[in-house]
Amino acid sequence: MTIDDEVLSNEEKISFALRSLYHSRGYQPYRMSKFEEYELYMKNKDFLLSPEVITFTDTNGKLMALKPDVTLSIVRSSRPQAGEVQKIYYDENVYRVSESSRRFREIRQAGLECLGAVDGRCIAEVLSLALESLRVISEDARLCVSLLGVVEERLDALALSGDARREVLRCMGGKTVHELRTVCESAGLSPADTERLARLTLCGGAPGDALSELREIGCSESALSEVARLAESLPAEASGRVCLDFSVLGDMRYYNGIAFQGYVRGVPSSVLSGGSYDRLLRRMGRPGSGVGFACYLDKLERLEEVQSHA
Amino acid sequence: MLNIALPKGRLGEKVYAMFERAGFACPAIREENRRLYFENEALDLRYFWVKPSDVAIYVERGAADIGVAGKDILLEYRPDVYELLDLGVGRCRMCVAAPEGFTDDMTRTLRVATKFSNIASAYYTSLGRDIDVIPLNGSIELAPILGLSDVIVDIVETGTTLRENHLAVMETIVPISARLIANKASFVFRKTRIDELVRAVSREVQT
Repeated sequence: MTIDDEVLSNEEKISFALRSLYHSRGYQPYRMSKFEEYELYMKNKDFLLSPEVITFTDTNGKLMALKPDVTLSIVRSSRPQAGEVQKIYYDENVYRVSESSRRFREIRQAGLECLGAVDGRCIAEVLSLALESLRVISEDARLCVSLLGVVEERLDALALSGDARREVLRCMGGKTVHELRTVCESAGLSPADTERLARLTLCGGAPGDALSELREIGCSESALSEVARLAESLPAEASGRVCLDFSVLGDMRYYNGIAFQGYVRGVPSSVLSGGSYDRLLRRMGRPGSGVGFACYLDKLERLEEVQSHA
Repeated sequence: MLNIALPKGRLGEKVYAMFERAGFACPAIREENRRLYFENEALDLRYFWVKPSDVAIYVERGAADIGVAGKDILLEYRPDVYELLDLGVGRCRMCVAAPEGFTDDMTRTLRVATKFSNIASAYYTSLGRDIDVIPLNGSIELAPILGLSDVIVDIVETGTTLRENHLAVMETIVPISARLIANKASFVFRKTRIDELVRAVSREVQT
């Protein structure tokens, strides 16, 4: 059977291309039910992009939810063998409150997850596939990458905890350096330490190019080698498309290691989001590590229009 | 072209003057007319005037790459944008005000009239105080006078309106001023230009 390209929407074309890409790299398709027990989301509410969930009572009296997220379900049902990495891709609708309209929406997302004995090579592969996914969407794309260990190390070194730590992370996430300085001053940090955090917040550019800046900021040798490893792991075609960005911060109760967001020109918010989530696995009592990403296909509806307009 | 959303009115004019001094001028904006957008092709800039409370929406949705919005709007609507600079203008305070001599009866739910429901709720949640938010769109000061509310949460600049209506500030929740905000995708694709503007404008900020 051949399908006439003309009848496919932009979203559908990208969805097929992404599925084909993931399949060609040995990832297995994952098909899931639209419903999940609400308890799963209640226990991991902060992991969700929006805490609101559509619920209903099933015929057996169980409180169910229309899926607001895919990763939690995959983690719950995955069973990687010891020493093995389970590689999964999906293309599913989820139901959550849209960032912009603040109303529930059906949102189509495609992505992949690696679970189990995830190592540096596997993370590099996921990063490379995130870049390729962005290129499927648009040639003019950027991937902003953060290493949460680098940020956590700085905050630990400054003995920042509780409210001050949360406030610093909020300011870093919004690149709100003027408020960061006020928060640091209230927390009793020295002007030099405050300035180092401000520089980390604004640090950007290619990972390899940022090393000297990070050294000046006072990052440890292990943090620097983490950044160097990231730089080395990037494929040649990543040049000019990947930048360090320490404002990309997931909830550190769930995420660790790498975190990234992808942008394409013409779409005002990130179209891809992902990272390592070993802490989520530990919270759910699962062994091993996890890394993955999702592409938000609903945001691409008007991409063709925007690009032709540009 | 770098699209810049400015808030219509005195604050916007003050901010534009800062941008102009910083080297981001658009002479057409000074002409007397009713146009809402102005371009300087030589500098690859386009300014547009929008309602102050809408600036964050224009920026969040990418119609503007950068914009200037009050901290009150950013706290109330929490748009997903970068907040790059405190411009130090439009300074005022978000306050709790009440009729002179008011004392809070902790045995009752506090009735709070405000345009800023989210800010008021977050503030009283942080205090563990149960409140009934009464959302209003204007003339907030009337609410406690007419018994519609016990207190109000509103912006206070000089305090004249409060004094003339026999109200007094009870608490300052947060200081407010105009902030330079940027769309996240624009910041990624136009980082050099936006960084250049932030550096230049920051030199114009009165500390």
